[in-house]
Amino acid sequence: MLLLTCPYCGVAAEETELHAGGEAHLTRFGPDSSDADFTSYLFHRENPKGVHFERWRHVNGCGKWFHAARDTNTLEVFGTYSAQTTEPPKDLLGKIREKRPGFRWRDIA
Amino acid sequence: MSDVALALGGASFDGLVRIEELSGQGMITLRGDLTDKSIVKAVKDVFGVTLPGTRETIFDGANGALWMSPDEALLLCPYTQAQAKADELAAKLAEARALVVNVSDARAVFRLKGALLREVIAKLAPVDMSPEAFTPGMVRRTRMAQVAAAFWMDDTSTARVVCFRSVAAYMFGILSNAADGASAVNHFAR
Repeated sequence: MLLLTCPYCGVAAEETELHAGGEAHLTRFGPDSSDADFTSYLFHRENPKGVHFERWRHVNGCGKWFHAARDTNTLEVFGTYSAQTTEPPKDLLGKIREKRPGFRWRDIA
Repeated sequence: MSDVALALGGASFDGLVRIEELSGQGMITLRGDLTDKSIVKAVKDVFGVTLPGTRETIFDGANGALWMSPDEALLLCPYTQAQAKADELAAKLAEARALVVNVSDARAVFRLKGALLREVIAKLAPVDMSPEAFTPGMVRRTRMAQVAAAFWMDDTSTARVVCFRSVAAYMFGILSNAADGASAVNHFAR
């Protein structure tokens, strides 16, 4: 059972109260972008065994979107953070580096 | 004024707790910055309560305010005053970035009364209902079985549950089932 603490209402919500929103921090490429960028935005997703950054929505709760960093292998949750950001907060990254030395996720390491 | 048509006609059930569909509950949704001073003041003027902090409730008699999300509150008042209060608040907030809607007829409200109400709720919602974790003065938006719901405790033996009117019959069914007289677990009494 996955327990994520919603950064907006502070509830340690279990999986059934949440809805998964896929990979975090995607850059959207629209109509005027190159084929390669658009293809990558549309189809190319990370599928790591280990550290992963995801979007989740507290759907049966405050209704807010937020971000979560967790390990897909051990289900350890490193932390959750606001949706109003394009990259994970520095202190959270520090914590992950300490627990998973040498981890790499896209261009975050 | 026409009579209030309740979703279930005021259905009730007696088991581990008494479950009763409430009539006369006015509900107004307010969306906006809950820390904005002009919004807080307008709510205070119309409802006589300040806006609650995260996951809290504030009551003054029949009026109250429930925290629903960082930018949403559910304001409570008697049903007969709901539309007038919603209009008054909307007029006061005409210049503010806020939305006010009377949702009294879009929701169903159940009152749970009895010592075992924590247990009845805990059977249905993924919420820690132990007396240390959930107390009167808190509100929780969550799901109950398969539908969205919000509940709060007025005192240690009374709770109110709000759900969409369209799922009122389902909610009454699952609540009654969880409160079946032969299904006591007595978990929180231990």
